[in-house]
Amino acid sequence: MTPHMLTRSLDRGATIFLLVVAALGVLIPLSNLLLPAGSFLQVPTYLVALWGKYVCYAILALSIDLIWGYCGILSLGHGAFFALGGYAMGMYLMRQIGTRGVYGNPVLPDFMVFLNYSKLPWSWYGFDMFWFAALMVLVVPGLLAFCFGWLAFRSRVTGVYLSIITQAMTYALLLAFFRNDFGFGGNNGLTDFKDILGFNVQAEGTRAALFALSCLALILSFLICRSVVSSKLGKVLIAIRDAESRSRFLGYRVESYKLFVFTLSACMAGVAGALYVPQVGIINPSEFAPGNSIEAVIWVAVGGRGTLVGAALGAVVVNYAKTVFTSGMLAPYWLFMLGAMFILVTLLLPKGIVGTFNAWWDSTKEKRAGAIVASAAAEDGVTEPKMAE
Amino acid sequence: MNVMDTRATSALLYLDGVHVSFDGFHAINNLSLTLAPGEMRAIIGPNGAGKTTMMDIITGKTKPDEGTVLFDGVTDLTRLDETRIAELGIGRKFQKPTVFESQTVQDNLLLALNVDHSVKGTLFWRGSKPESERIDKVLETIRLTDARNRLAGSLSHGQKQWLEIGMLLAQDPKLLLVDEPVAGMTDVETHLTAELLKEINKTHTVMVVEHDMTFVRELGVKVTCLHEGTVLAEGTIDQVSSNERVIEVYLGR
Repeated sequence: MTPHMLTRSLDRGATIFLLVVAALGVLIPLSNLLLPAGSFLQVPTYLVALWGKYVCYAILALSIDLIWGYCGILSLGHGAFFALGGYAMGMYLMRQIGTRGVYGNPVLPDFMVFLNYSKLPWSWYGFDMFWFAALMVLVVPGLLAFCFGWLAFRSRVTGVYLSIITQAMTYALLLAFFRNDFGFGGNNGLTDFKDILGFNVQAEGTRAALFALSCLALILSFLICRSVVSSKLGKVLIAIRDAESRSRFLGYRVESYKLFVFTLSACMAGVAGALYVPQVGIINPSEFAPGNSIEAVIWVAVGGRGTLVGAALGAVVVNYAKTVFTSGMLAPYWLFMLGAMFILVTLLLPKGIVGTFNAWWDSTKEKRAGAIVASAAAEDGVTEPKMAE
Repeated sequence: MNVMDTRATSALLYLDGVHVSFDGFHAINNLSLTLAPGEMRAIIGPNGAGKTTMMDIITGKTKPDEGTVLFDGVTDLTRLDETRIAELGIGRKFQKPTVFESQTVQDNLLLALNVDHSVKGTLFWRGSKPESERIDKVLETIRLTDARNRLAGSLSHGQKQWLEIGMLLAQDPKLLLVDEPVAGMTDVETHLTAELLKEINKTHTVMVVEHDMTFVRELGVKVTCLHEGTVLAEGTIDQVSSNERVIEVYLGR
């Protein structure tokens, strides 16, 4: 990223968003750690973990908005990239357990001992090192997205057909990860994590640090997305979204552009998953469930497609609602509420929360500008102000 | 690239014995046509004569079943895709104006400029003076300087047609294919469009498909009449419109 790309990407909305996330990323951990427990302003640890989860979802939503909002690629399988990033982190955390597991095996995680593995499968090599796991968090989702996208975009699979095969992809992974002999813990997944980089994952300090790191990752992801969409490449993406074949006749290689954003987006989703796993303490195949990916698309639609800020906001708003409504009396009706929310937003707020706000803001600004022109004209003694074309 | 050793023809565009059929329907039937560098040619013909299919073949959207399509005497267009053909210097204006509606007029032109179209080139792109000067010049030519910051979707139909011609100019191709540029335009706009195309023809080779005979007459160029995917008559507008077979085809037999 070069300086001119950064300055170009920061408009007012983007700056406000970054300041808010940065403030939360600093204030919430500080309040949790420094203020006495139970005091009015102290954020309890369970809330830090909960909000940390929301921040990870916000990164996933950003990655979906980048491809759907700006390039028209509706992926209904983005949860797969999120889960793959999560599994890469989970494998690192499993290998940190060492002899503290139930069976006390220094190399093999508990589930492998239980399933009578004699040695570590090759796919687990290297995951005892953090740098390798961190690399895999980017490489595995990125590589899958690259291969998948290369085949799909080159064959000009678009629209609903692409959405369907992304669903099939995440469902296929769900089935694969459910199998015990696939070597990733079967339907129990990976859990019972002890520590990360030597720090206890359950400790308050670690949780606060993970929350701050998630906010930092959200800030970086947002900056990357903004730099991409505010560059000329962003204009090409919108051109492809609105008139794909026209872009081809102008000499743009549409499949390369799609492949670039799709892969970038998958890497971001992987990072979100990797930060999610140590905060919730478990990763299992249900993260690949097709419903998860569809839910993430709903967050983006609710917040406002093609606005980035809206995607992040939508993820937080919908998940906060989920937390509130899935505990208590209304719990059995949550899925109906989610469905109703999607229908209502589509009917009443087709641009989402932020998109509707932007449209309203622009129209009031225009009116105000019109009023200034009119009053200036009146001062000049012109009685009938002409409307500027 | 598919470059032949020696130039097979002096024509900029050379079609010979081209056939295309869709599910048994012969859209293009033994079509042969040449376009000299610097020429402007008007293509007329009744509905279903194969005019748009011919443009699809030249721009790589449709592959012919047989026949030769050469560009600049050396490049076999039948083996290239749309993007490669656009890079070679063939620009196309569609029948229905297709501009990028959610972007501004000047961004539409910026996207059309024949500069680096790679992912890396556009990601790290920063504006340059020659580029913005070229955009200014095109805006002036198509009379949209005042509308440069408006969204293309808010333009009138005629303005969209011009913007699309402007995008062709920004693309600066060797050959411009213009499909029905005056459909739905007022008489004044039609006249201005004819002037604009004549101006463009001073520096570019142009092929215009059009139904509007007044407009074709105003262009005052060689006319080719297509019928059932093949060339029926060729010559000046007066020669073609007095040709008995052309009259038969247009009036029905």
